[in-house]
Amino acid sequence: MSQLDARFKINYPGFHFDVDCIMPLDGTVAIFGASGSGKTTLLRCIAGLMRASSGYLKFGQDIWQDEHTFVPIQQRRVGVVFQDARLFPHLNAKQNLEYGMKRIQALDRRIAFDQVVGLLGLERLLEHRSHHLSGGEQQRVAIGRALLTSPQLLLMDEPLASLDQERKKEILPFIQRLNQELQIPVLYVSHDLNEILQLANHMVLIKEGKVVATGPIQEVFARLDLPGLVEPNIVGAILETRIADHEPEFGLTRVEFAGRSLFIPKQELPVGAPLRIQIHARDVSLVVGVPAASSSVLNSLEATVVEIEESPRDQYAMEVKLDVGCPLLAMITRKSYHQLDLQPGQKVHAHFKAVALS
Amino acid sequence: MSMPEMDWNPLWLTMQLAAVTVGVLLVVGTPLAWWLAFTKSRLRTLVEAVVALPIVLPPTVLGFYLLIALGPLGWIGGPWMDLTGSPLSFTFTGLVIASAFYSLPFVVQPLHGAFEAVGKNPLEAAWALGASKLDAFFSVASPMAIRGYLSAIVLGFAHTLGEFGVVLMVGGNIPGVTKVLSIAIYDHVEVLEYSQAHFLSAFLLIFSFIILTIVYTVNRRLPIHVS
Repeated sequence: MSQLDARFKINYPGFHFDVDCIMPLDGTVAIFGASGSGKTTLLRCIAGLMRASSGYLKFGQDIWQDEHTFVPIQQRRVGVVFQDARLFPHLNAKQNLEYGMKRIQALDRRIAFDQVVGLLGLERLLEHRSHHLSGGEQQRVAIGRALLTSPQLLLMDEPLASLDQERKKEILPFIQRLNQELQIPVLYVSHDLNEILQLANHMVLIKEGKVVATGPIQEVFARLDLPGLVEPNIVGAILETRIADHEPEFGLTRVEFAGRSLFIPKQELPVGAPLRIQIHARDVSLVVGVPAASSSVLNSLEATVVEIEESPRDQYAMEVKLDVGCPLLAMITRKSYHQLDLQPGQKVHAHFKAVALS
Repeated sequence: MSMPEMDWNPLWLTMQLAAVTVGVLLVVGTPLAWWLAFTKSRLRTLVEAVVALPIVLPPTVLGFYLLIALGPLGWIGGPWMDLTGSPLSFTFTGLVIASAFYSLPFVVQPLHGAFEAVGKNPLEAAWALGASKLDAFFSVASPMAIRGYLSAIVLGFAHTLGEFGVVLMVGGNIPGVTKVLSIAIYDHVEVLEYSQAHFLSAFLLIFSFIILTIVYTVNRRLPIHVS
């Protein structure tokens, strides 16, 4: 699998941007951090919109920047989606979409106009100028415009940040489909945890201009040493599941992952459809010994205790990292911890409720 | 009032002068305005001040310095003399150069403002879509700055039409070569030919009024809103 190797140093007065990370060029990589942490700077350096005084950037086998080289943005073949859509006001939606498409060689056009229009639902917007489009529509056109250059890499800089909740819900499914249908790697900058949980499979966590964690999203969220990352709903686990069957009489859907079954509130999805689900760390309870034969708890998995630490986010809580075939984080009270006398390596049962991410 | 015996030559000359001057200023003023809008250089304020000088200087002061500069020993007229073998002062070409200095701020300032309003964001978007810097200028920045261009052309043209002091200093009063409208009007008044002065003045007044009305109407209807 090819990778993006990025190392940049920029010294601002009072802020040192010093990033060194390797990202897979596959699926969606989230660049996550607070405002002012340097996420956008990283994205702009990768795009070629900014030139770090000291930098190294390798895309697959191509050097985009080193001491001698700086490939201009026009030759990097990246699509950029900005927070503000930046449509050209003197062109209508169709002309905006065609702007980049016309400027690449016919041979490089892997993505067809009609395909993008269909994927993003732009059919009825084509003749409109940008100031007649809503914020969400503008952003969809901007995404389409970037896609039509058939980019090798799509860079999205908080594309939903300036939209209200309704518009976000309208656009997120489109972005989710990009990856599955077009196979373009995406770097997605955001400070919104929910977006990232829904979209990303890999993440780079940035804090004060430095990379503090990077890896598959499930692993990064299961780390105990990253306080303050995901408050207030601490993520216990993110699971990639498939719909197994529905139990409409109970309002439940059964999903499967790694040969195990879980119940979640009913989903309007066909059997076999992929679904990402989330377990909140505070919704996990632990049982030592043989679990009761009958219990009101629907979801129960055998788990092995991996690591136990005092919670940096709650002085009366302990955080327990479990292995249930994938990492699962449980947040339990200090009192429970003492009563259960948990030890690393111990077998327990994890009871929890799970929710779909959408 | 019956139509007096008129010499239309100054009118024709004035239109030519204004048109050529605006043409020259668009070519010179566009890169200058672009630089002013996007540079981070400390020289910017200095250049801005220089560009604005003709607004505040009395035309005779500007004309005096231009007269010296355009003369056979001046820093423009001298090299011109070496290059072409003919002097610049009291010629139409000399007048164009002088007018260009005189009307410079009226072309550069609207363009500067328009480019600043366009800003860097649409350009970055264009570059990311594969447009070269020149391509992005012509396909994105220029159409977005169309109102600025319209203002620049009209103000530059109108301001050159009304030029008097600078022309008098640099061009003199040579019929058919440098005798422009405002000077012709002055001449008519001097010799008490009021009806001729009336005709030319009224023409300039009505012409300016019509042009400005058209511009403001078009400007209002342009589909592009940048801000």
